[in-house]
Amino acid sequence: MAIEVRIPTILRTYTDGEKAVQGSGGTLAELFADLESRHAGIEARIVDDGKLRRFVNVYLNDEDVRFLDGIDTKLTDGDNVTILPAVAGGMV
Amino acid sequence: MLTITRALYDQIVKHSRADHPDEACGVVAGPVGTGRPERFIPMLNAARSPTFYEFDSADLLKLYREMDDRDEEPVIVYHSHTATEAYPSRTDISYANEPHAHYVLVSTADSDGAGPFQFRSFTIVEGVVTEEEVKVVEEYDA
Repeated sequence: MAIEVRIPTILRTYTDGEKAVQGSGGTLAELFADLESRHAGIEARIVDDGKLRRFVNVYLNDEDVRFLDGIDTKLTDGDNVTILPAVAGGMV
Repeated sequence: MLTITRALYDQIVKHSRADHPDEACGVVAGPVGTGRPERFIPMLNAARSPTFYEFDSADLLKLYREMDDRDEEPVIVYHSHTATEAYPSRTDISYANEPHAHYVLVSTADSDGAGPFQFRSFTIVEGVVTEEEVKVVEEYDA
């Protein structure tokens, strides 16, 4: 099952500079595990303790997966996944 | 060094002051690889907080898609501090994910008489903060 994953600049060190890579999996968790098998280190930048990191946004076909089923969101062939680190900060 | 036009500088300051006492945030995009800030894009602070900012997630996706389509990148990522100096906080450093960007901080603390107005620029690469000179020009060299 082919899913296209768009990779943000900060994570392209894991993908040899590629802006998008292909992966597979029935859920986001499986997809990130699949990416890890070819791009070692990337999973830990997205997932922490079995959950999506708070300040990493993941979109399935343009929808923030926090409004779907988070890391358990189901995927189907031809889906597009976009990873974008949050732009956030503050004075504390 | 950050070189920025007077017009863009003024827009960042105006936005920061308008949103005080909340933190203001936004991006100035420019053509990939040029390091030249050109397109001012104020963003909504989804946190609506005097101590925190975060781009709304839907707006963030739209912004990055748009920059991608236009062959742009975020040359400046700016936000304001409303009661403290214009220097990256621990939070700012831990969430800084654009190693090529200039992180501009504006302090609007002077609005409450708490200190002088500040406009400062930094690079934040793998947790290392480096302040850089800000050069304000009327227009960029051709």
